[in-house]
Amino acid sequence: MGSRASTLLRDEEIEEIKKETGFSHSQITRLYSRFTSLDKGENGTLSREDFQRIPELAINPLGDRIINAFFPEGEDQVNFRGFMRTLAHFRPIEDNEKSKDQNGPEPLNSRSNKLHFAFRLYDLDKDDKISRDELLQVLRMMVGVNISDEQLGSIADRTIQEADQDGDSAISFAEFVKQVLEKVDVEQKMSIRFLH
Amino acid sequence: MLCPCACLADPLILLLVFHLSRKVTSVVPESCLLILLGLGLGGIVLAVAKKAEYQLEPNMFFLFLLPPIVLDSGYFMPSRLFFDNIGAILTYAVVGTLWNSFATGTALWGLHRAGLMDPGVEAGLMDFLLFGSLISAVDPVAVLAVFEEVHVNETLFIIVFGESLLNDAVTVVLYKVFNSFVELGPAHIHATDYVKGVASFFLVSLGGTAVGLLFAFLLALITRFTKRVRIIEPLFVFLLAYVAYLAAEMVSLSAILAVTFCGICCKKYVEANISQKSRTTVKYTMKTLASSSETIIFMFLGISAVDTSKWTWDTALVLGTLFFILLFRAVGVVLQTYVLNRFRLIPLDRIDQVVMSYGGLRGAVAFALVILLDREKVKAKDYFVATTIVVVFFTVIGLTIKPLVTWLKVKRSDHHKPTLNEELHEHAFDHILAAVEDIVGHHGYHYWRDKWEQFDKKYLSQLLMRKSAYRLRDEIWDVYYKLNIRDAISFVDQGGHVHSAAKLALPSMPSRTSMSESSVTNLLRESGSGACLDLQVIDTVRSRRDKEDAAMHHVLRGSLYKPRRRYKASYSRHFISPDKQERQDKEIFRQNMKRRLETFKSTKHNVCSSKSKARLKEKGRKKKNISLTKETLNGKTHRTVPWQDAAPVLVMVSSEEEESDSSETEKEDDEGIVFVARATDEVLQGKTTPGSLDVCPSPCIIPPSPTLAEKELPWKGDQADLAVYVSSETTKIVPVDMQKAWNQSISSLESIASPPGIESGHQHRRFACPVLEEQPQSASQAMPEQSSCFQFPSHVSKSGRSQSDSSPDGPEQQELQPLMATEEQGRMPPSAEPRWLMFNRASHL
Repeated sequence: MGSRASTLLRDEEIEEIKKETGFSHSQITRLYSRFTSLDKGENGTLSREDFQRIPELAINPLGDRIINAFFPEGEDQVNFRGFMRTLAHFRPIEDNEKSKDQNGPEPLNSRSNKLHFAFRLYDLDKDDKISRDELLQVLRMMVGVNISDEQLGSIADRTIQEADQDGDSAISFAEFVKQVLEKVDVEQKMSIRFLH
Repeated sequence: MLCPCACLADPLILLLVFHLSRKVTSVVPESCLLILLGLGLGGIVLAVAKKAEYQLEPNMFFLFLLPPIVLDSGYFMPSRLFFDNIGAILTYAVVGTLWNSFATGTALWGLHRAGLMDPGVEAGLMDFLLFGSLISAVDPVAVLAVFEEVHVNETLFIIVFGESLLNDAVTVVLYKVFNSFVELGPAHIHATDYVKGVASFFLVSLGGTAVGLLFAFLLALITRFTKRVRIIEPLFVFLLAYVAYLAAEMVSLSAILAVTFCGICCKKYVEANISQKSRTTVKYTMKTLASSSETIIFMFLGISAVDTSKWTWDTALVLGTLFFILLFRAVGVVLQTYVLNRFRLIPLDRIDQVVMSYGGLRGAVAFALVILLDREKVKAKDYFVATTIVVVFFTVIGLTIKPLVTWLKVKRSDHHKPTLNEELHEHAFDHILAAVEDIVGHHGYHYWRDKWEQFDKKYLSQLLMRKSAYRLRDEIWDVYYKLNIRDAISFVDQGGHVHSAAKLALPSMPSRTSMSESSVTNLLRESGSGACLDLQVIDTVRSRRDKEDAAMHHVLRGSLYKPRRRYKASYSRHFISPDKQERQDKEIFRQNMKRRLETFKSTKHNVCSSKSKARLKEKGRKKKNISLTKETLNGKTHRTVPWQDAAPVLVMVSSEEEESDSSETEKEDDEGIVFVARATDEVLQGKTTPGSLDVCPSPCIIPPSPTLAEKELPWKGDQADLAVYVSSETTKIVPVDMQKAWNQSISSLESIASPPGIESGHQHRRFACPVLEEQPQSASQAMPEQSSCFQFPSHVSKSGRSQSDSSPDGPEQQELQPLMATEEQGRMPPSAEPRWLMFNRASHL
């Protein structure tokens, strides 16, 4: 599989992805082989069904939301570039990146991008606000059935109240970053180790 | 004979005094105090006896002093953190120690060859290597104490701690190998002996570990069957650990490693099996033995330091040693970290490295080992002793690490109060990461840990744990967490109650602070656990909002799906039972599938979500009905165990798990629970059999007047028992007790929280109602087969909430109780009588 992967992936493509996502060459080829093995239709793109075939994802409460996060708005196919772009959010921040110049485009794995990824999982209607309903939906996914809707509602209320600053009964991204997760080590908690 | 006794008693008494005065220990770590004390005592002894009467004998040290120290650190090692970082710990402990000892030994030998040392130092390469091996035992006691105080991040903490534990073992093995070389004499050592030395190093360490594992297994198995002989449980723990030590020693394997791994591995099972009292006994005995041993060693150190006949000074050797150990420690740490960071998700940064190098101080073991050298064989022993004493005294440098840590801005572990948002989102993060890792298709460390845990759940735990303990162990954690929070709430409430007029000495604070002084390792464990609430932080905030917050927390904690992978270093991982995992997996799977089907039908999100929600509701209701009938069945077959003991009377509100427990006669017999109020069950039955929600007493009917309730607080007596669990120092808790304590506090909360206006004739109902109302709480921890627990969830929770909302003062008063409990214990017995009557009355109904 590996050899096939590397033959299909052109060098210049790898270079571009490297620049965009910060993954190393070997990581890209490794992930590409994973990509092709997921791609049952063998058309160079992944559909939702391809993702849903991963057994562990089916038992992940947020599985669907995360799968959706891989797809650009309105599309139901994702190519390797898009796939990598999403995964790049989870690349750990390296030391040498911290001191990088601030002028260039923000790397995908920056703190705010990581947070934005999480935020988008909640924010379904893309109005840059987590409303009570949206929060409730996610809560419903994450808790077992033996918690009543009422309790969930009060949890959602409380959560919003905790974070809400401007009194609009919703959590905006700014509030999300500042109020909610200021003290959380997002850089660490939203990173996984990709094999080199 | 009097003198040694006094000698032993003195430092302990002084230690106590020091512990009492927080000021001293906040400045000077314990081990430094011990050294100073030893110095003083040594001076006294020398002045009295004119010559040093006491010698550290090799046998005494290896047979009696060392095992408790090692067992203590092994047993109290936070195992989840330890195994999470085992790669780094092993590297630092094994490679680091080897590097330190060889580099130091060789460098000193070079110094000797260069003629910089006193010609009196008669030592060859082997002697210096021997010395290097003993001096490389890093013992960062002082550093750990400081770490604990300033809350450095837990990764750094566990690495330093784990290293200090394991490298003692490595040092001793190395020491023995070199010692045999020296005794053999350089002339008789052949090339094959070096190979044998290396081989024996691995054989001895791995063999020791194997012996330890074997005995851990035995120990766990034995404690499974000690139900009827609780009293010998602690004995077994100590005896078998010691037997492991002796057995390993007998076959000349590493006894120290045997004890260490016996401690680490048996803990989980032993703790689950033995009773609460035994646990306390084990904990304190172990701590006491370990600190006694350390005290004695440091005392000998003090005596030897004063006794000039014991050592000979050589400036070059002393300075050279100091310089080299610091240098090589730093070099070793930097090199190893460089390699390790290539494999770590969270690299150890430069500041961590500085702290680690700085923390490489030497302690009691190094000194004991040098004293044990044979003067006949090792000619330069006196020089080595002097050097070691000086090096050990450098432990005092550990003092300066606090400003250093602050100055370097070492990443601290955050001890702010967790907010609901954080909890929620971090949970989401865990799910997200698990999903991404699945998509990437990479199985790393977490994958294998998962595999091991499945194996553990399937076979080991079943084999080594009592049935009751095995079944209950995931609830333990949940309930513990809740109680912890409850504790915190009561804290907050109390603060609010007294209106913080003075900086009140919060009742549960002393227990915690004294803990922090008495044992580093203990607190280590505490701070390592993710679920442990930092009470010190909480005492600054007190409001109703916090209360609500905490209530939310435990609701969430109970019913959030557990991600399959968590970065959070909490030990709760071990408490998740397989069936729960499977159940939630299935549940999620069903939900996801449903959602996907809905998406097929319509693309509009709003429609589908509401639809699926409705369906869920329906399903939930159906389940509830089923569970309802199940509950009634169980209620009928349920065996109540009315029996009585002397002291406080306790109402056991039996939930499903406990019922099955008693029927299997697996009930813990030491839980201090005196009897199960039959009335409770009867009333419960009467209420449930109709199977209609309307019959469930709405809170406004039952409530007694608060004054009345205060007079006859049914839980007042109970708190004597409950107090044990409320205190923050109990990290391990008998599950049944916990459940009960929780139930009680809930039920008592409900009863007092209800508005006034009721006659005492309704008293029995006060017991009936709480029983019903606590059901949803226990339902949150209930397993699928115990689904009967969640009857009436929506209805009941509504009433429960409105209740607590309507009278915010009620809970506050109630919350005071747990904290006061210990004092109350003395006063309580008389009140046991009336409550008896109450129950009788209730049972007539």
